[in-house]
Amino acid sequence: MREIAYEEIVKNVRDIIIYSASNLPEDALKAMKEAYETEKSPVSREVLKQLLENADIASSEARPLCQDTGLAVFFIKLGEDVRITGGLLKDAINEGTEKGYTEGYLRASTCEPFSRANLKDTVGYNLPAIIHLDIVKGDKIDIEYAAKGGGSENVSRAKVFPPAAGKDGVVEFVKECISDAGGNPCPPITIGVGIGGTFEKAVISSKHALFRNLGTKNEDPEMDELEQRILEEVNKLGIGAMGMGGTKTALAVHIESNPCHIASLPVSVNVQCHSSRHTHITI
Amino acid sequence: MSQVYHLTTPLSEETTRSLKAGDIVYLSGVIYTARDAAHKKLVDLIEAGEELPFDLEGSVIYFVGPTPPKPGDPIGSAGPTTSYRMDSYSPTMLKNGSKGMIGKGKRSQEVKDACKEYGGIYFGATGGAGALLGKQIRSAEVIAYPELGPEAVRKLTVEDFPVTVVNDTYGNDLYQMGREQYEVK
Repeated sequence: MREIAYEEIVKNVRDIIIYSASNLPEDALKAMKEAYETEKSPVSREVLKQLLENADIASSEARPLCQDTGLAVFFIKLGEDVRITGGLLKDAINEGTEKGYTEGYLRASTCEPFSRANLKDTVGYNLPAIIHLDIVKGDKIDIEYAAKGGGSENVSRAKVFPPAAGKDGVVEFVKECISDAGGNPCPPITIGVGIGGTFEKAVISSKHALFRNLGTKNEDPEMDELEQRILEEVNKLGIGAMGMGGTKTALAVHIESNPCHIASLPVSVNVQCHSSRHTHITI
Repeated sequence: MSQVYHLTTPLSEETTRSLKAGDIVYLSGVIYTARDAAHKKLVDLIEAGEELPFDLEGSVIYFVGPTPPKPGDPIGSAGPTTSYRMDSYSPTMLKNGSKGMIGKGKRSQEVKDACKEYGGIYFGATGGAGALLGKQIRSAEVIAYPELGPEAVRKLTVEDFPVTVVNDTYGNDLYQMGREQYEVK
């Protein structure tokens, strides 16, 4: 058994939240620079230029890249040989989240669904964090974190198709989703697609697909081909950066596929804005 | 061809009717922030015939919920939020004298029609450029609904705040125009 102190988890979570808010990760920065170089529309290029300038200012002055500093989303793999001393894992993640958002001067964006009352004074500052937990072999805690903004989340969709829909059905569904969204999710976007599993498995897979580094290939050649096909179709829509019209609507399509029921073909589309603030640490 | 303008608020109808979709505008002066929750309260006041926390005539409303300021700064990061959530309120705001809105993303036909009828402009600011846009804000003061936290109404003084005309007073829509140009059918 390896012992990991509760406070160590709190500190790590706090630190990655503050760092991520103002530092666009290398993979996202590279993808944005490539988009700027290849975009054909001058108006969209101007937007991309502003966004690259914004990334510079955010990083050098430690200001949040975007005022929507998101809900804190975690995918955690807990090694079964880890024993956490001094408290519960979930509490440590939430405490680290609250510290990160308050001490980093980030926005408290959680509220009651209907009264819309902000939860900062009742439940906690930007709490609760959204936590997906898996138990794995080993003596480490693997933490993938992303700050997920509302604009791109609002255009995300899921549907369970009949199996006959096939790949064509999936491509059409993604295209329709992105076409309807237009400039609202802050393009150029990353499109996470969850395929198969049950209804909720597809949705969680589409979220997790967004944590994959931009510029990396899908290990499954069949899914890699489908990713390229969807990307090409989506970039024909002409939406461009911030919906101003252009050739770079999406930076990438990331698919996670799972076995599913013989009666179903669940598909979920989760959209990530250009400010792809995600990070990965191991404790 | 798109033009570049430097304008100071409040905006007159003569000014707004001279702008065209695609024009780049650097705004200076006072603008007011309001998101969904604040819009609901403002429109409720208008409908009840009560006084508003600021003068709507010629005003520009910025759809934003900024991050908290760091010590010594007037405001934190402050980029636009998605505008369609304000679609049901904006025509009332324009009818009662407001002349401009700053946000991101497409608007409803009702909002575009109200822009034509009342001489309003919908400006787009770059979504996700919160650090860059926040730097153009010189002062910020909560003037109403502090209980709404990031959604409170703030009076901002801005200098050369960069925006683009998306919907003008002639029914043009930059998003539609841009997309039609680059769509591959």
